[in-house]
Amino acid sequence: MFELVGAGFRAIGSRVVNGIWRIGFCARFFGTLLILSGTSFRRPRLTIREIYFSGALSLIIILVSGLFVGMVLGLQGYDTLQRFGAADALGPFVALSLLRELGPVVAGLLFASRAGSAITAEIGLMKATEQLSAMEMMAVNPIARVVAPRFWGGVISMPLLAALFSAMGILGGYIVGVIAIGGDSGTFWSQMQASVDFHHDVINGVIKSFVFGVAVSLISVFEGFDAQPTAAGVSRATTRTVVISSLAVLALDFVLTSLMLRG
Amino acid sequence: MNRSIIDLWVGIFVTLGLLALLFLSLRVGNINGSQLYQPYELKADFDNIGGLKVRAPVRSAGVVVGRVESIALDKSTFQAVVTMKIDGRYVFPRDTFATINTSGLLGEQYVGFDPGGDPQDLKAGDVIKKTQSAVVLEKLISQFMFSKAEEGSSK
Repeated sequence: MFELVGAGFRAIGSRVVNGIWRIGFCARFFGTLLILSGTSFRRPRLTIREIYFSGALSLIIILVSGLFVGMVLGLQGYDTLQRFGAADALGPFVALSLLRELGPVVAGLLFASRAGSAITAEIGLMKATEQLSAMEMMAVNPIARVVAPRFWGGVISMPLLAALFSAMGILGGYIVGVIAIGGDSGTFWSQMQASVDFHHDVINGVIKSFVFGVAVSLISVFEGFDAQPTAAGVSRATTRTVVISSLAVLALDFVLTSLMLRG
Repeated sequence: MNRSIIDLWVGIFVTLGLLALLFLSLRVGNINGSQLYQPYELKADFDNIGGLKVRAPVRSAGVVVGRVESIALDKSTFQAVVTMKIDGRYVFPRDTFATINTSGLLGEQYVGFDPGGDPQDLKAGDVIKKTQSAVVLEKLISQFMFSKAEEGSSK
């Protein structure tokens, strides 16, 4: 009985110690990455290649989901707003919900599952097949050569993807609200322009998507670099990337929103 | 992977992304509309500001000429001090009347300027003396009810 309780406490203790150790390791990894990221800008070809893989190849999924999210917002918003005789407010409703929340958050979630998981799997497999060790043998630092370009590629791609998502969503809302339902085009745009503030809505959305880009990219490269060099280890690391990145995006979104709405 | 294909697609991706940002700031966000040209500050004391909020518009003849910068309570007079930033292209006479209006029945509240005929203009930092408070719906209704009740009792 006494032994069982002791074992339970030991299990909790080792989990906590492990978690803290991983957080510290991740922070040191992030510091090293920043110090060694000179290469990614001195040799921009490395970073451009990663922008292609995590940004350009995510275009289709971002554009299509943005369009559909916008069209659903248009339908649902119209259905609710016209009960209060406020169908004119459809433009601001669609634009504000996309710019402030849905654009950065949904684009961040899609980015984590489309690009983040690929980055983790790639780096994890490189580690499992000892390509990273081989680089070190040739006096090439794998963090500078492999990890940093992927990190910066993700950080650059994410705000652009979120902006594309919001723009497509607003077009989707326009398609449903004006072309399909037959609302007034002028009202849609002018109401939107009257209530969307450049600083408070557009810029804050870009800041959010930048923060999400840093968080998702860091988690992806870290999980790949820290993966157990086996097939099972790489698959576990990929799963963990998607789960932790999604949770991080949602939690950070709450923190940033509460800071921005108060300010 | 062919280098020129990567360059092409990254070019398309970055251009599209920047175009989307431009679309969001110009077409959706109306970057010009929210910026005031060389703004100057005016103050006005109100007895009651109702539901006026910071960043509410200041309009004259329906045209947006500025924004509410801050709202505070004067400790000695117990009046609300509303500080406004006004577009530098517009100047108003010294006897301008500041009122708090509501756009529509349930719309947002804004500060309205009714210019007077004084030849001298308001300068930066001036305080508008002539003000009219917000109409508080509950007070109106209670006034109406009391007057009705008095009519009933006098008969």
